[in-house]
Amino acid sequence: MATTTCTTNTPKIEEKPKVLVLQRINAYFEGVLSPHFDLIKADESSLPIPAFLSTHCRHIRALLVMAPIGTFGSSLLDQLPSLGLIACTSAGVNHIDVDACRKRSVAVTNAGEMFTPDAADHTVGLLVDVLRRVVMADRYVRNGSWMLIGDYPLGSKVSGKRVGIVGLGSIGSHVAKRLTAFGCPISYFSRAPKPNYPSYTYFPNVLDLARESDVLILSCALTDETRNIINRDVMIALGKDGVIINVGRGALIDEPELVRCLKEGVIGGAGLDVFVNEPEVPEELTHMENVVLSDHRAVTTPESFKNVLELAIANLDAFFSGKPVLSPVSC
Amino acid sequence: MDKIGVLVTHKPLPYLEQELTRRGCRLFRLWESPESCRLEFCRENSSEIRAIVGNSNFGADAATIDALPKLEIVASFSVGLDKVDLPKCKERGIRVTNTPDVLTDDVADLAIGLTISVMRRIPSADKYARSGAWKKGEYTLTTRFSGKRVGILGLGRIGLAIAKRAEAFDCPISYYSRSEKPHPNYTYYSTPVDLASNCDILVVACALTEETRHIVNRAVIDALGPKGVLINIGRGPHVDEPELVAALVEGRLGGAGLDVFENEPHVPEELFALDNVVLVPHVASATIETRTAMADLVLGNLEAHFLKKPLLTAVV
Repeated sequence: MATTTCTTNTPKIEEKPKVLVLQRINAYFEGVLSPHFDLIKADESSLPIPAFLSTHCRHIRALLVMAPIGTFGSSLLDQLPSLGLIACTSAGVNHIDVDACRKRSVAVTNAGEMFTPDAADHTVGLLVDVLRRVVMADRYVRNGSWMLIGDYPLGSKVSGKRVGIVGLGSIGSHVAKRLTAFGCPISYFSRAPKPNYPSYTYFPNVLDLARESDVLILSCALTDETRNIINRDVMIALGKDGVIINVGRGALIDEPELVRCLKEGVIGGAGLDVFVNEPEVPEELTHMENVVLSDHRAVTTPESFKNVLELAIANLDAFFSGKPVLSPVSC
Repeated sequence: MDKIGVLVTHKPLPYLEQELTRRGCRLFRLWESPESCRLEFCRENSSEIRAIVGNSNFGADAATIDALPKLEIVASFSVGLDKVDLPKCKERGIRVTNTPDVLTDDVADLAIGLTISVMRRIPSADKYARSGAWKKGEYTLTTRFSGKRVGILGLGRIGLAIAKRAEAFDCPISYYSRSEKPHPNYTYYSTPVDLASNCDILVVACALTEETRHIVNRAVIDALGPKGVLINIGRGPHVDEPELVAALVEGRLGGAGLDVFENEPHVPEELFALDNVVLVPHVASATIETRTAMADLVLGNLEAHFLKKPLLTAVV
């Protein structure tokens, strides 16, 4: 029997695996990912999300989540019955309901250690800038005060300060390595002591850690246990010369209480890259000279993004080949 | 040190002033005279002045030394002695002391802090976060510090302390020095241009002498290039400042963190509009802890001299 052949006679091209994207994807990310995957972009459809999902996404097996914004939980998972992987390009996954995913056998991958060096660097930068007043001193020079008024007030020495790290994971341990070279003795609070770091002192709770530290570094994940882990009692224990550096999530700190403690001099200063309700920054902080603020940029370097995208591609490739993913989130 | 006349060239740390007074010194406050009257002030009080406490802005130049025939010791509140006429002191038998070691950590801390602040644009991040202009989901790309090649001009105490810290960021270390040092992990380059050609971040950490004046010149700046960053925690005159400013304004140099300037407290205004520079007012040793330790060294050296004991940190 004669069959109708295609006139162009092109060879069959293997289809790229489909990956759903619900957030707006920037040109750089799209440029790196689209050679490998068929990106199904919800925001380019005129359909509202629920309709888009039910119409186009019943067979979607992988979802890419970039910015750690929004909530990805049961109601979404229910609309993606074939989903097997949520690949995140962030380190934190507090916006993903990891429990709901596990119940449905949906793997979740994150940025692994790709952001770690930049996060650790930014932490040290914030700390030096707070203690040595670099940002305010830079302003002092630029507004002519050095000429008009004279010498800038003295800062506080970084080297040798007792550093307490809340969460001695990838970022925390990299911060510890850097600050050790500044002669800072390192202590930490973590769910359990870390036998790999015998020279760092373990404390079983944050209050004791704060009491014995001059600086608290927050580098743990945001979970139900760690929400508001830095409260007034911890800040009182840290003391009037104490400094908090937060590169984790804003909600690790009781933010209104932090503002009060800074105003009242309960603690000495803070370096904050994250806030409870970004991009909102508590107005009172914006007038304080003993704080250094940044716009959640601890990890936004081309080097990090390149590495994170390579890892995301590797996770997706492994998943689509039936192999174990590379950077699964540990619960 | 009862009744010993001490010329203090700059407004001192309150602790230092209190301690000198408590020990019976008679203080002559040079900074309170207008510049044009200072030599005259010295001459008027020359019968009493036996010691000078100088700093990085005003030490003891030839004219001042000549105006003080009873001068026995210059105790500098600094480690750098570029403002002290050392040959003249040697000639006159005047002792000279400085404050090494106690400020090494602070200076090295600031060098690294300035580097991260420049590369990650922390001052402009701070300004942006306070401004209300930060929009949800927006982020600014800045350059990674970890792993970048750090080149150090001068591998003395401060240079080594900077190297030690930068190593913890996995930065390969290279240096220029008058001669190679026994540090096999650090790569030696025999000229500043070679060093600048082979690093991403160039840190000035050597003493200011006639040989090192303008050690960072147009050729070095060109070699460092449009992605390179210069960090100066040495002395302003180490760098050809007009060349530096032009290179930054024109984008031929990637960024700079500057603690010192050729004519402090004047800072070239063209730099004020740039967000790839961080400018601080000569604060590398400006912490309570370190300035107190420096004061203790000055006091200790003065006391030792007038009690005819060995000096603590004599250079001459």
